[in-house]
Amino acid sequence: MRNLAKPARLALYAFAIVFSLSTIKLITGASDLTSVGTASSALLLSVPIAMAALGGLFSERSGVVNIGLEGMMIMGAWGGGFIGAKHGPWAGLLAGIVMGALGAALHAIATVGFGVDHVVSGVAINIIAAGLARYLSTILYKNGTWVGPSQSPDIQSIGVNGLPILSGGTYFGWKSPDLFGSIAEKNWFLISDTFSILRGLTGEVSYVTVIAISLVPLSYWFLWHTAFGLRLRSAGEAPTAAESLGVNVYLMKYAGVIVSGGFAGFGGAFLAIVASNHYQENQTGGRGYIGLAALIFGNWRPGGLMTGAGLFGFADALQLRDATAIHALLMLLAFAMVFFAFLNLKKKKFATSVISLALATFAIWLYITFTELPGQFVTMTPYIVTLLVLGLGTQRLRMPAADGVPYRKGGGK
Amino acid sequence: MKVTPKKIYLALAAPVSAAVASILISSLALLATKKSPTEAFKTMWEFGATTSSVIETLNNATSYYIAALAIAITFRAGLFNIGVEGQLRLGALFACYFGAMFTLPPVLHILAIFIISMTVGGLWAAIAGILKVKRGVNEVISTIMLNSIAGGLSAYLLSKHFTVKIEGSNNLTTQELPASGQMPNLSFLTKNLDQSATQGRGIYGMFAIAIALGIAFWWIVNRTRFGFELRASGINPIAARVSGVNSKRMIVIAMISSGAIAGLSGLPTVLAETHAYNLGFRAGLGFSAIAVALLGRNSAIGMAFSSLLFSFLEVSSRSLDLIDIAPETYFIMQGAILLSSVIAFEVVSRYRVKVVSEQLAKAVANA
Repeated sequence: MRNLAKPARLALYAFAIVFSLSTIKLITGASDLTSVGTASSALLLSVPIAMAALGGLFSERSGVVNIGLEGMMIMGAWGGGFIGAKHGPWAGLLAGIVMGALGAALHAIATVGFGVDHVVSGVAINIIAAGLARYLSTILYKNGTWVGPSQSPDIQSIGVNGLPILSGGTYFGWKSPDLFGSIAEKNWFLISDTFSILRGLTGEVSYVTVIAISLVPLSYWFLWHTAFGLRLRSAGEAPTAAESLGVNVYLMKYAGVIVSGGFAGFGGAFLAIVASNHYQENQTGGRGYIGLAALIFGNWRPGGLMTGAGLFGFADALQLRDATAIHALLMLLAFAMVFFAFLNLKKKKFATSVISLALATFAIWLYITFTELPGQFVTMTPYIVTLLVLGLGTQRLRMPAADGVPYRKGGGK
Repeated sequence: MKVTPKKIYLALAAPVSAAVASILISSLALLATKKSPTEAFKTMWEFGATTSSVIETLNNATSYYIAALAIAITFRAGLFNIGVEGQLRLGALFACYFGAMFTLPPVLHILAIFIISMTVGGLWAAIAGILKVKRGVNEVISTIMLNSIAGGLSAYLLSKHFTVKIEGSNNLTTQELPASGQMPNLSFLTKNLDQSATQGRGIYGMFAIAIALGIAFWWIVNRTRFGFELRASGINPIAARVSGVNSKRMIVIAMISSGAIAGLSGLPTVLAETHAYNLGFRAGLGFSAIAVALLGRNSAIGMAFSSLLFSFLEVSSRSLDLIDIAPETYFIMQGAILLSSVIAFEVVSRYRVKVVSEQLAKAVANA
């Protein structure tokens, strides 16, 4: 495995995942595991988390811990709902970005300008944002513009489209054929499953989703292949060294944090405008925190955080669509644990391997005892999966060296 | 140490400027929506100063304070336990479920409930501690995940296993605690007050427990070897390890004690009012307590003030509904206070360092 080129290795991983999902589907009959609907809602649900995580990436790469992502997302969702209902979805999206960036500007002034502890400031922003959103919504409801004290009027939807020829959609009035979709319907083992997932990921996708997903590689290019990105990262790794080389560390940190808020606000507005069609209180539901978790899970790298967000999105989609699919997922968990135990046995790590085997047995026991998992367990799945992956996976995480450390210009020794 | 006017100004500068700034911010928020800030503050103050509101403020602050102690102990050890919310929820649920199964003499029964709640909270927090030392999992993520899992788990247990049917009610609730498991109010404090003024309210017995916990926190953290090691591993983990502090052990102990205290923080209302865990169990306490701990700068006395302040704002802002202002204003006030006070403290302490170093430089030059 190690001597394969990176794209080949990624393809192999993808194949392994699809193969095991199809096998599990064949054994358990949980058809939703690889259905078009699951794939497309997994994509929809992972976008806001990925945007929050990307926001966290910019902030933490510049050395500022951003636990206020949740608050910035709330502001983004509120702004999206407020302006979106008045002036249309695209204006709403822009408003969400601006609102998130405003929240982040406050965070930047407190942490970079005044050197306040990053966690303190982030927590304060979460409180203020939640309160502000509720306060303003109540006022709007009382003067009759909003339908409820916690709900905005409906927002027009932004169009969707698919890949031409491959996955349907309409181009200049021409209705494209849906190649992926037709193969997905055939019920060929593995092949139909693959095309069904591809159809879900590429068909009837909102334009906003396309923009959001393309921001991930764009961020990678920006942070790792431009001079500005290098300077921004240097502010998060060794600010005094960067300062000695003439980098304006304050500017980099301000930029990192404000961009971060813009991303979080975008994620929030996405929830209000694309994933739903109005703003609602608690719409973010802790996704800012989950985004932070995806960021750390992904080792402060764009590809990694996208994987984390995808994992959450997939588990979330399954629990929303079909509880029996989560039940089938237990089988997958058992498979994975046995495989993992085997790997660790080869490395002579007996403790880990015993724990994994115990978890595998537990998963199979659950699978047999419950024919369908109770709803509350299903909602827990994404969180349990994250804990398991972090707890059992190899720990080679490394955060930016000066992440969370207050910086003063000329304060180096 | 000589007390000079300058020193007094410096000591007062931070709290005063923070208060001014947060009043300004809240006033701006009110003015932006064409409401009179003076009227709002006056209404809040008048309502908040009534006897029954004061009692409610004290009761409410009890939970805030205990939960803030739980968070502060991890902050002191250089950790961050965001999981207090989940720990207190599970602790209260199990304490109510098991506590209603037996009867013991009055004081013993409550002690047993404390132990159940602390054990459950401590064990739930231990997961994060062990994951951190054994597998290097960041405790911020693991406690966030554990919060969500605790939410699902408690909802499942309450609805499927721990609930008792009550005729004509949709509320899911555990069996009511027997009389010996219900905590009496501190009636000697309120017995001379007019019944109509207190509106039948009393100060929770847990209020006394909270004070005792605060004193114990101060003593353990500042005056014992354990507290020293805890702070040492928080301030400089490497130096602590070199001087023989087992930092991994400290992490696990700090997390477990934090979870155990968190377990207690879910109990005040349950033991004194509802006598059972039900669907109405207060959500979000563990998150508000983070702000309380931060505002109180993780010190026992500081958090006492901040929990009283937050609780006062929460209770008194209910009166704003009467003059047509959204009571949610108090979130804005709480956030503004937190942010402006930490900024003010930061600025003043930086100025103080500058003054002292200038004085030193002058003294050295003169010598």
